[in-house]
Amino acid sequence: MTLTEERRPARPVRRLTEPDPASRSRGGQRFLLLGLVLASAYSLFPVWWLLVAATKDRTGLYQSNGLWFSGLHLWDNLHQLFTYEHGIFLRWTANSFLYAGLGSLGGTLIALATGYGLARFDFPGRGAVFACVVGSFLVPIALLTLPLYLLFSKIGLVDTPWAMLIPCLINPFSVYLAKVYTEAGIPYEILEAARIDGAGELRIFLTIVLRMMTTGGATVFLLAFVNTWNAFFLPLTVLRGEENWTLNLGLYNWTGKRLESGVDLTSLVLTGALLSIVPMAVMMVAMRRYWRTGVTLGALK
Amino acid sequence: MVRSQRWKGAAFTVPFQLGFVFLYLIPVGYAVHQSLYREHQSGLGLGGATEEFSGLANYRQGLTDAAFLHAVLRVLLFAAVQIPVMLLVSLVLALFLDGVSARVAGRFRILLLVPYMIPGVVAAIVWINLYSPDVGPLTPLGKVFGLSWNFFAPSMAWPTIGNLLTWHGIGYNMVIIYSALQGVPRELFEAARLDGASERRIALSIKVPYVRGALVLTGMLSVIQMLQIFNEPALFRNVTPQTVGDSFTPIMVIYNQAFNAGNYHYAAALSVLLALILGVASFLFYRLTAREAD
Repeated sequence: MTLTEERRPARPVRRLTEPDPASRSRGGQRFLLLGLVLASAYSLFPVWWLLVAATKDRTGLYQSNGLWFSGLHLWDNLHQLFTYEHGIFLRWTANSFLYAGLGSLGGTLIALATGYGLARFDFPGRGAVFACVVGSFLVPIALLTLPLYLLFSKIGLVDTPWAMLIPCLINPFSVYLAKVYTEAGIPYEILEAARIDGAGELRIFLTIVLRMMTTGGATVFLLAFVNTWNAFFLPLTVLRGEENWTLNLGLYNWTGKRLESGVDLTSLVLTGALLSIVPMAVMMVAMRRYWRTGVTLGALK
Repeated sequence: MVRSQRWKGAAFTVPFQLGFVFLYLIPVGYAVHQSLYREHQSGLGLGGATEEFSGLANYRQGLTDAAFLHAVLRVLLFAAVQIPVMLLVSLVLALFLDGVSARVAGRFRILLLVPYMIPGVVAAIVWINLYSPDVGPLTPLGKVFGLSWNFFAPSMAWPTIGNLLTWHGIGYNMVIIYSALQGVPRELFEAARLDGASERRIALSIKVPYVRGALVLTGMLSVIQMLQIFNEPALFRNVTPQTVGDSFTPIMVIYNQAFNAGNYHYAAALSVLLALILGVASFLFYRLTAREAD
């Protein structure tokens, strides 16, 4: 059983003991609803604006009311976006998927093994390893990224996909989550039973633990993916040539074009920004059961 | 546990340990080493630069560097305003969610979490365009009310970035506080209601003290993030350099030293200093808020 499954029944049971909200004052409920509606409007209107802006041509963008449509030019914008500079935007999209996908996959496997080792074995130095995991939360990114850039440039990794992929493999927060999930989801008895049946430790991990950790592993992967997809300082530092850039880096560069060379790419930037949200939104909605626990656990570290 | 079994367990952590050494310990060690050296141009700079041990000179320079100290102070002041505002709004929303039925709360929770799904760089791009006098809807909206605000004025840098961060962070913080609220024993409310306590009183006297732990933790995470703020001001600077200076935040100062001035040694010393400041700030924040909770 995993953490998510353990938690689910708790809420409805607790809710039963709560008095029916209708029995409380009507005005109070209305006040709460009004507050929530206003807050949701604040949360959603920038996204709405972006959606509308991505459907406008340049004149519409500069001259029409920002919160409503003015001609449907989404396809033109997409066409422009994907053909600009020989389709460099597609290249950036592919790079973002490559770094976030492959990096998080490797990072998640390493984290699950480490979390399992930390949670279910008592070996000398275990405390030190865990202290490193927690201590690294306090290390500022600049302190890691700058020397990493210098070291990578010495061994010729700067400006290659490896400069993004290698740092993704080691993610202390993933390890922390994996340890918590193992503690909650892998009972000692199962491991003992497998050992008595003569299974080797590696086999136990690969066939039993990994299978039981699907939910936890999915959460770790999802959070790592989002993290890498959103990364900005690391790619800005270690990637130079635009063929290796991520979506974030490409969009950042485009926003500066107007001052740098007088080319106004606002329309492309907005369409690109909208597209770069799509994978995140799809993934988060599809896996919302997983990441909610991750989000809550994140606060408990 | 059998001895050999323990070592096999340790083996599961070996890939991480190796990676940690190469990607964390060695880089940090290298940065500390670099921070103790300086580059010296020999002669007229024709013979190339040589590295020379300089002890704590880079640190002394950093501690008297007005640009760096101002950046640290600027970010700390900003954090002192923005984080309480964001946490307060998140707390109020979490209390609102807790006050409506579970079904309604579930729907609003999804809506309020939408900003959290948006990558930070994209969020900054969207808000910069919303603020923009050319394409943004806020400037014409201001005119309707007779206001001629200019969001790209230098004095507006922090309010605009603060609003962006609050918008981006409310959902996440609200979810954490809300799940802490779910842990409050419901019997307490019933007992309080029987004693004649109002809903507002219950919220302030029972619910808020109960989620103090969650507030301290989200607050601390925010402090750590805020001291390292880079993406948002960097994007603002990309679009309106007159709004945000090139030494606006500590990481911007460090980045400039490293990549524009080519002064890696000094940048390394500043990163170490920033790490120390971060450690002290989190420690103080934890001590102050933990004592308050007693």
